[in-house]
Amino acid sequence: MSEQLQKSQSGAIGEPMNRVDGRLKVTGAAKYSAEYELPNLVHAVLVGSTIAKGSIKNIETRQAERAPGVLAVITHLNSPKVPGFAERDHPAEPPTAGQPLRVFHDNKVVFNDQPIAVVVADTLERARYAASLVKAQYDQDKHQTNLEANLGQGYLPAQAKKNPKSPLADYQRGEADAYKNGATKLEAEYVIPSEMHNPMELQSIIAHWEAPDRLTVYDKTQAVIGTQRAFAKDWGIPEANVKVIATFVGGAFGNGLHNWPHETAAIIAAKKVGRPVKLVLTREQMFTMVGYRPYTWQKIGMSATPDGKLTAITHESVGQTSTYEQFTESTLQQTRMMYTAPNVTTRYRIASLDVSTPVWMRGPGEATGAFALESAMDEMAHALNLDPLEFRLRNYTDTDPDNGKPWSTKYLKECFQMGAERIGWSNRKQQPGSVKSGEWLVGYGMGVGTFGAHRGSAKMKAILTKKGTVVLQSATTDIGPGTGTAMVQIAATTLGLPPEKITFQLGNSTFPTAPSQGGSSTVNTVGAAVQDACIALREKLHQLAAATPNGQVFSAAKPEDIVIMEGHLSLANDKLAKAAYSDLLRQNNEAEVEVTIESKPGGSDRDKYSMYSYSVHFVQVHVQPLTGEVRVKKVISCADAGTIVNQKTAGNQMMGGAVGGIGMALTEGAVIDDRYGRYVTKDLADYHVPVHADAPNMEFAFVNKPDPHVNALGTKGIGEIAIIGMAPAIANAVFNATGKRIRELPITPDKLI
Amino acid sequence: MNPEPEQPNHDEARRTFLKQSSLLTALAFTPGPVLQAAAAEIDEKVAAVFEKIPVRLDINGHKHKLSIEPRTTLLDLLREQLGLTGTKKGCDYGQCGACTVHIDGKRVNSCLTFAVMQEGKEITTIEGLAKGDDLHPMQEAFIKHDGFQCGYCTPGQIMSAVACVREGHAGSEDEIREFMSGNICRCGAYSNIVAAIQEVKGGGQKV
Repeated sequence: MSEQLQKSQSGAIGEPMNRVDGRLKVTGAAKYSAEYELPNLVHAVLVGSTIAKGSIKNIETRQAERAPGVLAVITHLNSPKVPGFAERDHPAEPPTAGQPLRVFHDNKVVFNDQPIAVVVADTLERARYAASLVKAQYDQDKHQTNLEANLGQGYLPAQAKKNPKSPLADYQRGEADAYKNGATKLEAEYVIPSEMHNPMELQSIIAHWEAPDRLTVYDKTQAVIGTQRAFAKDWGIPEANVKVIATFVGGAFGNGLHNWPHETAAIIAAKKVGRPVKLVLTREQMFTMVGYRPYTWQKIGMSATPDGKLTAITHESVGQTSTYEQFTESTLQQTRMMYTAPNVTTRYRIASLDVSTPVWMRGPGEATGAFALESAMDEMAHALNLDPLEFRLRNYTDTDPDNGKPWSTKYLKECFQMGAERIGWSNRKQQPGSVKSGEWLVGYGMGVGTFGAHRGSAKMKAILTKKGTVVLQSATTDIGPGTGTAMVQIAATTLGLPPEKITFQLGNSTFPTAPSQGGSSTVNTVGAAVQDACIALREKLHQLAAATPNGQVFSAAKPEDIVIMEGHLSLANDKLAKAAYSDLLRQNNEAEVEVTIESKPGGSDRDKYSMYSYSVHFVQVHVQPLTGEVRVKKVISCADAGTIVNQKTAGNQMMGGAVGGIGMALTEGAVIDDRYGRYVTKDLADYHVPVHADAPNMEFAFVNKPDPHVNALGTKGIGEIAIIGMAPAIANAVFNATGKRIRELPITPDKLI
Repeated sequence: MNPEPEQPNHDEARRTFLKQSSLLTALAFTPGPVLQAAAAEIDEKVAAVFEKIPVRLDINGHKHKLSIEPRTTLLDLLREQLGLTGTKKGCDYGQCGACTVHIDGKRVNSCLTFAVMQEGKEITTIEGLAKGDDLHPMQEAFIKHDGFQCGYCTPGQIMSAVACVREGHAGSEDEIREFMSGNICRCGAYSNIVAAIQEVKGGGQKV
């Protein structure tokens, strides 16, 4: 028993337990979506358009059709009809409004590399070769792919037009554009380029029609239920007839939150050839059709009193979207709630270009907005000759200035303190360029991040097996944060069982419904459901045990005293108490004891409090004055994310987000050649995600105090705040090192020399 | 614009040549059914026979006698034909390192090498690193230090990390970072990967 207790403690909430799927991942046994072996599986390769806008005049497929091993070449001319496409109004699911791309529906081309054909062959090599033989002729229209040349086209998104209370609508607190009359004021424009998620796993799918009205997909997605619904709707079949499997997802960072053309192309191809079809995108295609952080232009006007109190902020942004869907994100939210300024104006616009649709990318919107806001805060602090940390403290707010509500919890000051100490903020000099290390200039910078602490509803099944192990099932996914591990720890803690007795199964649409894995809300939502399911299971066991022969000792005890043992239940305070599973199951007439519950945010806390998680990133950079090379030397990322379920995986996530922020700040930017409307950055040699040598030894720290209003666990979410505020922290450190303010990311050497 | 739709391109011409020359030289000892197939213009099947090359590979200690197309990369052979999906495809251009395997003990991007070039070589993939149920020390260290998140780059990181230590390039954090920079981790678990490699190096076990 004592040994059992010890093990149980090692898996308790907060403990740095090793990942439950670690062994599968380090041995190569974890199966990702393209790795399932199905009988008669064939391979599909997409052919993309070579123009950005126009229509297909002629498409030559004969050579491809005659190539060895080819089973089908599908274009708009011979594609099986997707019933859902015929409807005039087939609105996109969130995160966009509009009409998702109808693959092979007609001859229209709306972005460069849009799939215009899919070739199916018996081997990958043959499909790839045959795809190279497909040639198209076009009637080309003039395209627009440059946001900055089209800022004037920016418009209010449909959502905001319809609903003036939408967070995307124009916002005003106090006087409009009051910064113009401020004592000390600044006005500056900030630009971030399109950034690509570029998860290491290529987007891939195996589509298998098991019957004419029954579809199974092994799909790389963050939303198994969302994907199930989307394909059921497309094909006019019941949701239960679509099965989506995503047991392992090789990173996604947001691009698995929307369904993309290649998924539909594979499903169409499988329909056409009557065999399971595997389609894996190339890295080049990962740039052109599976979403990205949109190119965004921003302008900030800011004013403050000489003693460092903000008087006004105006924050405007224009982000790019496609011509067929309106993608929106909350770029300006942080500006409304982070600081005390009495006068705040925000205006959010999007502009439609002849490009594919963007999608949420880690820290969506907020990471973009924070680059402008947190850079401007640093600029204003410099103008006032104030320490940037002191300037933020002077404008710190204990209530939400957006709506007057108190925060559910806010421990940002604690984050400031932890981070400032660890980075050695006291070594920072107010005068830029005044610290050197050898010939390198040294600079310090900080940036604040925040993201809503969201909790949704989820169902959960909990099963007690005869062996005394517990299996939990949920249609959530694990794209890398360690969802399964956190859930096992929550269940272990709730049930008082050692973690090795608990299995958490996910990534399957036949499991109870869970929301998509996005918005830093999985532990908030699914974790709460695990806790509720375990409590419900224990209550059911208590009732069943009380009804067994000699069950009086159980009926006299409380449900939380129930101890799950191998083969029987016992009681924590009465080890002799025994209720055999065979007796429980006999009364229940089941093979196993199981409960399925739905866990929802309850009570009125949402109305009473504003709920956010917070981060601050402190960095030290070295800048080579002759070459303009920037090296990030030290990073300390601190977060108020509520209860930390696993220090090890949460810390990893925090550091990983900061690595993403290094990319955002210094290396990442997708470049379109506007003459052709086509990306010239199309692989990882042109588009630079951070490598080992770009990342110093990252550090992290958590406040780790529960937020009792988000859920009973007290969690607030980590994934987004891990990156939000990191890019401006680096930009601010570069300014501190060099005196050069770079307002257009990435900060490449050419901008510093 | 498509000025020459009817002209076979280079690859097409090469294929035709291969078919013809193979047929000519092989005619004398080609079995009857193949000739009949050719006569019946089932030429793609004939082409398939002649375009495959016999290769012997030693993969994770198992000898494989294979017949493969010369254009098949080692990566695609492992993943698509041999079911060894632990080796990952992240870019197919040698830029990400997810496909790293050991060939005669050296780390190689398996997407950048054709399988037919490995005749007689000893290949180790992630599936061959552990000894039965006993994980390799590097695998243990990756679990302990949480040197991954999504796990997709992990097999490549581990194969590269083992080679990095063997090569004597794990002398310091900075040296590890330099010599591991061919293996991208988009989740950003770099600090933990470096810690794992340092532990294995410091432990002095044979890797």
